[in-house]
Amino acid sequence: MKSFVKSLKIKEYSIIPGFGLTTGFTILYISFLILIPLSMVFINSSNMGWDNFWKVVTEERVLASFKITFGAAFIATLINTIFGLLLAWTLVRYDFVGRKIIDAIIDLPFALPTAVAGITLTTLYSQEGWIGKYLNLLGIKVSFSFLGIVVALSFVGFPFVVRTVQPVLLNLDKEFEEAASTLGATRIQTFIKVIFPEMLPALLTGFSLAFSRTLGEYGSVVFISGNMPMKTEISPLIIMTKLEQYDYSGATAVAAVMLIISFIMLFIINLFQWWNATRHNIR
Amino acid sequence: MPKLKKGNKKFLKGKLRIILLVITIIATLGTLAGCGKKETKKSKDNKTQQASSSQPIKLLNVSYDPTRELYKEFNESFIKHWKEKTGEVVDIQQSHGGSGKQARSVIDGLEADVVTLALAYDIDSINTKKELIKSDWQKRLSDNSTPYTSTIVFLVRKGNPKNIKDWDDLVKPGVSVITPNPKTSGGARWNYLAAWGYALEKNGKDQNKAKEFVQKLFKNVPILDTGARASTTTFVERGIGDVLIAWENEAYLADKEFGEGKFEIVIPSVSILAEPPVSVVDSNVDKKGTRKVAEAYLEYLYSDEGQEIAAKNFYRPRSEKVSKNYEDKFPKINLFTIDEVFGGWQKAQEEHFNDGGIFDEIYIKK
Repeated sequence: MKSFVKSLKIKEYSIIPGFGLTTGFTILYISFLILIPLSMVFINSSNMGWDNFWKVVTEERVLASFKITFGAAFIATLINTIFGLLLAWTLVRYDFVGRKIIDAIIDLPFALPTAVAGITLTTLYSQEGWIGKYLNLLGIKVSFSFLGIVVALSFVGFPFVVRTVQPVLLNLDKEFEEAASTLGATRIQTFIKVIFPEMLPALLTGFSLAFSRTLGEYGSVVFISGNMPMKTEISPLIIMTKLEQYDYSGATAVAAVMLIISFIMLFIINLFQWWNATRHNIR
Repeated sequence: MPKLKKGNKKFLKGKLRIILLVITIIATLGTLAGCGKKETKKSKDNKTQQASSSQPIKLLNVSYDPTRELYKEFNESFIKHWKEKTGEVVDIQQSHGGSGKQARSVIDGLEADVVTLALAYDIDSINTKKELIKSDWQKRLSDNSTPYTSTIVFLVRKGNPKNIKDWDDLVKPGVSVITPNPKTSGGARWNYLAAWGYALEKNGKDQNKAKEFVQKLFKNVPILDTGARASTTTFVERGIGDVLIAWENEAYLADKEFGEGKFEIVIPSVSILAEPPVSVVDSNVDKKGTRKVAEAYLEYLYSDEGQEIAAKNFYRPRSEKVSKNYEDKFPKINLFTIDEVFGGWQKAQEEHFNDGGIFDEIYIKK
């Protein structure tokens, strides 16, 4: 018993006491807010039996929705990663009029209810809208198409990459670049070999945060996608339609698959990050 | 760093076990609690308590989206009526949302005294998923417990540029039709069934022809919004589509709100009799001791005042007396009911809208 209790404690004592209390609180908090609700997803779907589960999640419509959801989320996140990096770079490296305002604006998508975002974007990009009108002339249809989903998801996931990359760039010492340049590196080489590896972990974190945020997005997408089965129907909508049929276990089955896939993807990203960290001997 | 790691690992091993144990225990307890029945022993105490106190009696009416205006007016009238009749003060709260979502909230424990939903299927579910309502609910009030009705009509743009007169015009190529998604919207299910019923009648009850007709109609639908209000917005505000299939009351409301002659209402030759039902939630009113008021509340819907308010809010009243005053607003249409053509909501839902049903086939098998 004694050894068991001992094994519960960290060997190195901290100056400030309260390990037991804080850990207990952490576990309780995480349990009630994350672990138990998420385990309910699996418990709820487990009472339908494996065969039924498989039948639900391999239905043609459901498979199509997975493809659309993950595809759109991936594309949107990729766009956000590239342009988020660009934005963070501009905000950190250059000083210009209105920089602080732009910096503040970046967080706005967090504050806006996504349904409002969805309605606004739909109006703007529909064939009668301010932007949609001109895109329509070029034959590009944004609202009520796959592209619309990507636009909505880009909006929702927008702040993540900027906000994770920005502090890293800020902390990056100028000396690194100066050293690189005195050693004869060109500007591009400096960027690729010195700056980029430093930013990569933050970039990956931003990517995974934005990706997981956009995966579950429902509010804004239902307005802009048009919800056509097999074409623009996202998985969260499938879950809603199942709930509408009082098919709780079917709904949680789809949710469980989404959870598992996104968990695997996050795991891969973390693995890559870990590999990257050990390779460069950081940490 | 490595020094810490060793300790960490050990700590994790022991701790993990305990964490997992705790989680499983809590999760099992949670599930058990969820499965267990909640008996209501206190119902009698509550009853006497509420009757003796001078506190206002609280009623919660859980309804669906487009009835917001209707019940606002009706509640005021009922509060006055009840005060005059019994001297008791009633405080009525309203809750609105998608019909199916509202039913789920009630199943999950929202303590509604009365439910006034868009379709009988949703109230049936409150009975079948968790016996909160007695199974004979639809027989307890007259007219299948549907105090007012509506029907499905078309809203077209001013001047009716595509010359839409009847259901047949909706399947013509080049006509863009706006209707919400029957999988997520109760109102949309009425639209779909109205089209199906029309096709049946036209083709001598041939189910295959009806399916073909509905399939063709949905080929003309560019956007499936999740709710009826969203579809109205798409049609009215975004200017998409040539015709909106809508409830009669919603069409009138859209015309009134956005209108000024921008739209016209087209009444098809045949349509469905939309019957939004009402019921008290038995176990909730018994628990709260509000059965008497709740029942009176619903009965008041059938009174002349209630019927008048329904008609003013563009619902077709059941009372013939009140109907007479609104004959110009609600022209006579050849209406069929769900029970006649589809054998009730349960069957219609199963055949058409559940996963793997006919609606899915329309989209998957091209």
